[in-house]
Amino acid sequence: MTTVSSLASRKGRNVELGLLVFAVAIVALAYINVGVAVEGAIPPSLVAVGSGFVIITAVFHLVMRWRAPYADPLILPIATLLNGLGLVMINRLDLANGRDLAEGMALRQLMWSAIAAALAIAALIILRDHRILRRYTYLAGALGFGLLLLPLVPGLGVENYGSRIWIAVGPFSFQPGEVAKIVLAIFFAGYLVQTRDALSVADRRILGLTLPRGRDLGPILVAWMLSVGVLVLEKDLGSSLLFFGLFVAMLYVATERTSWVAIGMLLFCVGCYIANMIFSHVQRRVLLWLDTFSREALDTSDQLARGIMGMASGGMFGTGLGRGRPDLTYFAESDFIIPSFGEEIGLIGLFALLLLYVLLIERGLRTAIGARDGFGKLLASGLAFSVALQCFVVVGGVTRVIPLTGLTMPFLSQGGSSLLANWTLVALLLRISDHARRPVPDPAAPNPVASNQTQVVRLR
Amino acid sequence: MNSPIRRLSFVVALLFASLLVSTTLIQFVFAKELNARPDNRRTLLSTYARERGQILVGDTAIAKSVPADNQYKWLRTYPQGTDYEHITGYYSFYGAGGGLEQAENGLLSGSSDKLAFRRVSDFFTGRQTTGASLELTVNAAVQQAAIKALDGRKGAAVALNPSTGEILAMVSNPGYDPNALSGHDLSKVDAAYKKLTNDKDRPLVNRTIGGDLYPPGSTFKIVTAAAALSSGKFQPDSVLPGPAVLDLPQTTTGLPNHGRSPCGPDDTTTLLHAMEISCNTAFGYLGMEIGADALREQAAKFGVGDQISIPMRVTPSSVPAKLNLPQLAQSAVGQYDVRVTPLQVAMLSAGVANHGIVMKPYLVKSVLSSDLSVIERAQPEQLSEAVTPEVAAQLTEMMEAVVQSGSGQPAQIDGVRVAGKTGTAETDRVARAHAWFTGFAPANDPQIAVAVVVENGGDPNSEARGGGAVAGPIAKAMLEAGLKK
Repeated sequence: MTTVSSLASRKGRNVELGLLVFAVAIVALAYINVGVAVEGAIPPSLVAVGSGFVIITAVFHLVMRWRAPYADPLILPIATLLNGLGLVMINRLDLANGRDLAEGMALRQLMWSAIAAALAIAALIILRDHRILRRYTYLAGALGFGLLLLPLVPGLGVENYGSRIWIAVGPFSFQPGEVAKIVLAIFFAGYLVQTRDALSVADRRILGLTLPRGRDLGPILVAWMLSVGVLVLEKDLGSSLLFFGLFVAMLYVATERTSWVAIGMLLFCVGCYIANMIFSHVQRRVLLWLDTFSREALDTSDQLARGIMGMASGGMFGTGLGRGRPDLTYFAESDFIIPSFGEEIGLIGLFALLLLYVLLIERGLRTAIGARDGFGKLLASGLAFSVALQCFVVVGGVTRVIPLTGLTMPFLSQGGSSLLANWTLVALLLRISDHARRPVPDPAAPNPVASNQTQVVRLR
Repeated sequence: MNSPIRRLSFVVALLFASLLVSTTLIQFVFAKELNARPDNRRTLLSTYARERGQILVGDTAIAKSVPADNQYKWLRTYPQGTDYEHITGYYSFYGAGGGLEQAENGLLSGSSDKLAFRRVSDFFTGRQTTGASLELTVNAAVQQAAIKALDGRKGAAVALNPSTGEILAMVSNPGYDPNALSGHDLSKVDAAYKKLTNDKDRPLVNRTIGGDLYPPGSTFKIVTAAAALSSGKFQPDSVLPGPAVLDLPQTTTGLPNHGRSPCGPDDTTTLLHAMEISCNTAFGYLGMEIGADALREQAAKFGVGDQISIPMRVTPSSVPAKLNLPQLAQSAVGQYDVRVTPLQVAMLSAGVANHGIVMKPYLVKSVLSSDLSVIERAQPEQLSEAVTPEVAAQLTEMMEAVVQSGSGQPAQIDGVRVAGKTGTAETDRVARAHAWFTGFAPANDPQIAVAVVVENGGDPNSEARGGGAVAGPIAKAMLEAGLKK
């Protein structure tokens, strides 16, 4: 916990700038590629969309130089690249569906990207030290649980396509679960830093596992009940898995007790098993997952089948951007954006995309290792792991590793709430990494104050 | 806290490894299977969006894709309408059905592995990938002659080049208009398809190679005669019993001749004469003499029971596996449960014509790329050796006699030696028998072998008024068309 790693004190801002230029160039090329493939010409919207994208990136980078000069240089370029590629695919689907720029989703996505980036920038400027967040541990807890359960409020929550994870206020709709993910990570980090000593007290050993004391089971049981509640009441396995997995992972990091993981997984499996026995909507999801191409499943929904056939048609190298038919799958721009990419950039492109996420998560975990305080370690690892878990739930859902759920792919998927939440997450990671990589004042270096003669007060 | 974080990153690696596996399974391992699913709209649209190869008879396209001004981009048309539908099949929203459209879908659509190299070069040159075209072995004149002579009657006609196995004509009645199925108006296509599938005459079935198959009737006597001659125990002039009705062991019913008259004086006849007038009793006797195994073996040597693709799959013809003596006698004259395709019957004649060698029948002469360069050219292949050249010569002599002075006289052509065999296959269900004729010409230098069947077209009481009179002229028309240079 008190490990102080002397990481490279190079700031890395120039590396970041180079990578950002690279990321923007890839996005611009992809955008042009789509235009040429679909309409046979360089799209006129390139100037508008491109300059908007460049401005957001440039401002963010300048703020980084100003407010977080030591932050990890890879995180921002990766997020920028993913966000930009998402824009490209959403624009591509606009074209396929005959929507022009004004009525299309791409411009709105760009707008939300700007707002999300602005929020992240604001967070970087206002939040000078992530440890301040620890003061708001319990406020964050209340807020997180509130957000998670918000869609259940009558009149506020809306049920979309079988899952009740949206709230609608007037013309705006929002997925509070996305924001809850971050707020809850703050809460878990603050809470576990306080209680980790108690929670890691060993009790008995059974089957080689050191079990915790019975009375310490409280928190995990509460988290479990909440996640089962989300699964049953909001009918969303994704949010439930994300939330509970995040808690168990952070509990494990805090206590270093494998037994917590075992208990957590056991509880989750029990919860899923019971839910599958009792609730028809869960059974339907399981049917679609295990027997996607059966007559019965196709009559229920052929969305998953269509997505998979889209990916298959892409094959190893893909059809090329703008040359496939991702628009044949419903929600090709949000939940099913990964099959859309799989179809058009192929297995190879999809691998590259997934590796970008791996890299982002790895930088997050590295930040956690480098962090000098327990709260920072827990928060960074929690945030990074939540991205990993969400990617797994989304990609695993559309490729039949797990049942399909209604989560969005971080940065790629169309949707404002997802962008806001994930850019804020990036801002927090950047803040922690800035702190982690900031050089520690060298005690051996001559310090003008220290080298002064100290007044010695003699006590009699 | 650092070691659990490191272990957490291992968990992350596992999670993503599972994603790499699942995406690989979908996009690589099972991609082909998924793309081949009939409900895969992407495959349908992308195959519609690609120009499908032509099917050519001579220089004429009998199936081609023409540009369409809608989302499907190409419309499949069949300019000859109902002349070649059982050869081409159809290309519809339900996928490619019947005929070459289905059997060579990979080549026509351009997705076949044989075209992989081409696709790669298309990819690098930016050329639009198109399907390969098929040049057929079909002789338009023979095909037209068969259609005209059949004149809409239910039945089938096939012509082969005996020395190569090339299929020169393939007609099956009733037929259908493939254009009605290849249109882009889904409701119209649906209605047309429903009507065709509900038709009890089954116009979608290619009777020359499939469907319920036919009893071969007396055309099967070629097989019986071949077995008898090959056994060495019989010669064309061997004397055989030829009563009006042959007594069969183990049963009270006998095997009668058509018309119930004896085949010669003193109820005896020769093998040659028995063939000439299609004497059932003599051949029933022969069958029992040579035995079931020899008969079955001889049939197999002509291709009965073989799995053949031309490239459409041909339903194998069959001789029952178990035969008692009365059944054997009946089988020897092509009755009981012997079932054949008209193609198989044509192969009997073709085998005799080609000095005993049966060639594997095929429809596609060459596969052409869009710029008409040859990708693949078919090589004639020997299917089997049915009889020795000597026996083939004897059979030819006997079959020539059939047309010269026997039941096959309606197939005579001025100045050409025609060899043939008539058949009148009785079926249990209907009063009128199937009329058969199979033969080849010229007998001294065979160029074309044919088989014709007209369903319920024959008089069961007379071979001459049955197969000879009904199917003979059709065969004659086809032979004449095939010999015209």
